[in-house]
Amino acid sequence: MSNDATLPPSTGAHPDLIGGLPDGEQTEHFVAPFEHGVSFDELPDAPPKARFRPSLTGWIGIVIVAFWIAIAVFGPLLAPYGENDLPFPDDYSEFQAPREGAPLGTDVEDRDILSRIMYGAGRTIGIAFAATVMAYALGVVLGIGAAVSGPKVDMVMSRINDAFLSLPTIMLGLVVVAAVGSSIPVLIATAGLIYATVVFRLARALGMEIMVMDFVEAARARGEGRWWIITREIWPNAAMPLITDFGLRLIYVILFISSLSFLGLGVQPPQADWGSMVRENLGALQYGQSIIPVLAPALSIATLTVAINLIVDDVSAQAGGRLSKRL
Amino acid sequence: MTGLILRRLGIGLVTVLAVSVIIFFGTKILPGDVAQIRLGQAATEENVAAFRERLGLDRPYWQQYLGWLSNFLRGDLGISLASDVPITNLIADRYQNTIIVSGLTALIGVPVSLMLGITAAMFPGSLYDRVLTFVSVSLVAAPEFFTATLLVLLFVFALDLGNAVVVGSTEGKGFFELIAHFALPIATLSFVIASQLIRMSRAAVLNVMSSPYIEMAILKGVPRGRIIFRHALLNAIGPIVNVVALNLAYLVTGVIVVEVYFAYPGLATLIVQGVQSRDYVLIQGLGMIFCLTYVVLMLIADIAAYASNPRLRHPK
Repeated sequence: MSNDATLPPSTGAHPDLIGGLPDGEQTEHFVAPFEHGVSFDELPDAPPKARFRPSLTGWIGIVIVAFWIAIAVFGPLLAPYGENDLPFPDDYSEFQAPREGAPLGTDVEDRDILSRIMYGAGRTIGIAFAATVMAYALGVVLGIGAAVSGPKVDMVMSRINDAFLSLPTIMLGLVVVAAVGSSIPVLIATAGLIYATVVFRLARALGMEIMVMDFVEAARARGEGRWWIITREIWPNAAMPLITDFGLRLIYVILFISSLSFLGLGVQPPQADWGSMVRENLGALQYGQSIIPVLAPALSIATLTVAINLIVDDVSAQAGGRLSKRL
Repeated sequence: MTGLILRRLGIGLVTVLAVSVIIFFGTKILPGDVAQIRLGQAATEENVAAFRERLGLDRPYWQQYLGWLSNFLRGDLGISLASDVPITNLIADRYQNTIIVSGLTALIGVPVSLMLGITAAMFPGSLYDRVLTFVSVSLVAAPEFFTATLLVLLFVFALDLGNAVVVGSTEGKGFFELIAHFALPIATLSFVIASQLIRMSRAAVLNVMSSPYIEMAILKGVPRGRIIFRHALLNAIGPIVNVVALNLAYLVTGVIVVEVYFAYPGLATLIVQGVQSRDYVLIQGLGMIFCLTYVVLMLIADIAAYASNPRLRHPK
């Protein structure tokens, strides 16, 4: 709560925007700026520095995410075997139980599951991160562009955007993969484009909200150009909610790409990826042999996304709105 | 009110048209000639020309689109490229499983999650409330196949209560036998929608609970249960219907994953096969059906929000 006092009043609108529909939580978080004794001649002219002190759950999230990022970067160096190596070439039988030399056992083609998880981390996280960055680059540029352009441009862009938003994302993904086949660049572009629609709407709403604020009017009255207004007035005020939303979007993109891979339409074998590992090892469940080959990749995805969610939840709780409600 | 609903229906209709354009032309950018792919070895020049004429591929795109759309509206989805069977026949063999699983999920999952969410709102901050919130916050960010794997771990591996595959026919089965037949897919989807429904119905009730007239009722000494069910719930119904419709729309995605996970035939596995065999006629037809379902449910969600909230009906 005390963080609110350090924010200039102009950012007070953000929790409403972040939270979406009004509800009980927000009334709890609403604090009139005067109660904390903000004195207006002390207002900073630069955006406030984010002061984020994670709570216990926030720390848990940070540790897990840091762990997976480390695996994503160094996994291929640390992995005991290559992603398609057979640890026991003389001893061929699928879905071997954990044993010495293969702590998580072997998969449907007798490959080491631990090594494949380590190789898959980089691919799953890398693709999702690249796609989210692309969604943000497109969505923010177009969204803020729509907000500062005239109502006609805005109308056309928003209508087109709404048409894409009204489709289930997995259907859009299926149509694209059916049309152009599946490869890693296609996956990144597809997920990037699909989630750019959501980012567009958020960035546009934020831009619109900020555009009508007094300090923007003042800048306009001073005769500042459009570029100045975007970079010096709108961006500093829209950055914080957008950065928090980035984490949330990353979760969705990881789930989307893993689901496509799980359906056999994402990362293609023999490349290791968490979603496709779940798919290729489903036989282990169906014949009741072992659950580890499916549980290990599924648990990897779940720990990663839940940990990101913990961080997002913690950041947004401290920023005043509960962003994670939008999940 | 009627005007607003008509307006929303109009927007819905435009959306459906836009969706049909996206699906139709999205599948048209297929590289390679469909006739060549389909005919394979037999792709002589006459054969290809005859095939293109039969499918109407020689006509301009907009004519093909209008023809496809009017056929779709009359219930003719065309003939599968991969298996040469009318798509409607393929659907007829499989639609029951998809409808049964999503229907039963809605029937069981929705009321149970709503009860959990509302009772959590009755005792905010209690251990019960915190456990429910923690579980739903954790599950909401996890993929469907993780929830499915946990259920398999518990019921198949630990308790040995059955198989991780749905096998056998549904013919002649009663209500409870069907639930038993599809127990794991229904449980998975119920957990997935529950994680959202619990949070959102709890928030909807708590939101109403913070309004002045509830405070008045508390001060009058009305018992808590009566306040929730007689005073608060009636005003929370609109937002709750909205949330339920949104989550049922979400089942469109979830059902695809569980059908593949538990390996039983349904519409979702059909469309995945269509993508793998590049059967674009199948993708267009089924894609339209899935997207229509989704758009209609979103429409219901919006209308419920309008109907329940006078402030949305009379925007400033």
